[in-house]
Amino acid sequence: MPVSPSVASAPVAEASDPEAAPRHVVIDAKGLNLTFDTADGLVHALSDVDLTVREGEFVSFIGPSGCGKTTLLRVIADLEQATGGSITVGGVSPADARAARLYGYVFQSAALLPWRNVLANVTLPLEIFGVPPAERLERATRNLELVNLKGFEKKFPWQLSGGMQQRASIARALAYDPQLLLMDEPFGALDEIVRDKLNLQLLKLWAETAKTVIFVTHSIPEAVFLSSKIVVMSPRPGRIIDVIDCDLPRDRGLEIRESQRFLDIAHRVREGLRAGHSYDD
Amino acid sequence: MTTERASPSLLARLLQGPVLPVLVMVGVLVVVWYGAAIALNAPFARSMAADPAQFGFADLVEATLSQDRPVLPAPHQVFVELEKSVFELPVTSKRSLVLHGWVTLSSTLVGFGLGAVLGLLLAVAIVHVKSLEKSLMFWIVSSQTVPILAVAPIVIVVLGAIGITGLVPKAIISAYLCFFPVTIGMVKGLTSPERLHVDLMRTWDATPAQTFWRLRLPASVPFLFTSLEVAIAASLVGAIVGELPTGAQAGLGARLLAGSYYGQTIQIWAALFAAAVLAASMVGLVRLIERAVLTAMGGRR
Repeated sequence: MPVSPSVASAPVAEASDPEAAPRHVVIDAKGLNLTFDTADGLVHALSDVDLTVREGEFVSFIGPSGCGKTTLLRVIADLEQATGGSITVGGVSPADARAARLYGYVFQSAALLPWRNVLANVTLPLEIFGVPPAERLERATRNLELVNLKGFEKKFPWQLSGGMQQRASIARALAYDPQLLLMDEPFGALDEIVRDKLNLQLLKLWAETAKTVIFVTHSIPEAVFLSSKIVVMSPRPGRIIDVIDCDLPRDRGLEIRESQRFLDIAHRVREGLRAGHSYDD
Repeated sequence: MTTERASPSLLARLLQGPVLPVLVMVGVLVVVWYGAAIALNAPFARSMAADPAQFGFADLVEATLSQDRPVLPAPHQVFVELEKSVFELPVTSKRSLVLHGWVTLSSTLVGFGLGAVLGLLLAVAIVHVKSLEKSLMFWIVSSQTVPILAVAPIVIVVLGAIGITGLVPKAIISAYLCFFPVTIGMVKGLTSPERLHVDLMRTWDATPAQTFWRLRLPASVPFLFTSLEVAIAASLVGAIVGELPTGAQAGLGARLLAGSYYGQTIQIWAALFAAAVLAASMVGLVRLIERAVLTAMGGRR
């Protein structure tokens, strides 16, 4: 049974924002559609997606595979083009936003270049942007420190653990100080202990840099733990089922996962996924 | 004792390493070669025997392994000839293999340089211009189906007619043979980066030139060296073939040809060995450079 659009606009925990002043809209999507013309026929990857992301928010896209969460992220990044509807990123089209290097993209795997050491990997985008060498070094060093990779500058990617590689790739995305950080299941390939640690570091980083983060995941606890807003998505066609404000205190530790508020939000995410038939087969 | 286990004796290392199998193979080949030399040279040796009745096996062996123009020279004869023509004769001598080797090597290297650059440029063009892949690839593959022995005289004669002789025509024949593996290998290498890395460059709005220099070219380096190894060996073959139809005065090819005119089989074999040593050293040199470059590029890939 298709879910009525009213679910998406159902009352959510409002007024979670401590500051009353409305923040700038970073991403504004209206009626976004994307169909892929594949060998097996048309695939409706995104169907009538409406989404607003404001400055400084940490927004998670959650849903089963095939729900279009990665596709939506790629549309924002101009790696995919929507076939219908409108979207602006930082007030301009995704293509212009990409050309203006408005965002940093962190992929599911670290995607470090194996022939460059950690430092040279982090300076790579700066080289491409034509930043002078001294500044490249300064920025890369600062960002490697931010992700706790100081002292590993001269190591090559294969000499690093998976978690360290992913941290290096986050430093690379931060090196040119984009206002928007797009993360596509960045910790999906890591074990849970490493993932917990990186989640904590990511929260700290978010607090320190005040960036807008969009985070794709298929883990309910991860989404609830990290986010200020959770976008629940559902497959066939890929659409938004629910948008949940996650009003946990910003300064949160791992223990918050046992609190009632955390469990309530997680429950609501699960309900949304169920309503979207995410558990059916 | 633990120390013994930590550092195995020289003998143990010899037994485990590739040295022993190689030595055994060489030994077997030498024995087979001597056997074949005796068998192939025997008819002539018998016909020359003063008294066939008195001609025993020991005489036969001695006679077959010391002929001036044997059907198949014995290993030691080739070795002696090599030693003489490489180390004893002055470099200026017309029989010095150092002279002939250098003549061939110089056109090989020029042809290799030309061919590698041409192969690289073709690969870059094919990777960046989609329509070129279909149009160019057909001609590139076709070019290699034409026998080089048929092409070589044409190149020599045509270039000779407009006054270009010596090194250049041979280098062109070399290049004709060696651009092909470089093009094929580099098309593969330049398109080897993962989708992920290409997307990454796109998120930074990198220009095609930036993507080429910072992603495609470094990713293709292992492919480049594999093709260069094949190319440099092919290049030597091209240079030698280029020396055959001209009746060239110098070069290993000329030496081979002269040897076959006058039935100087020992000279032919010596030139052949010189060519083999040359090819092996050039391939070995490419491998050394490859190892150094890949180590500088982070070692393990």
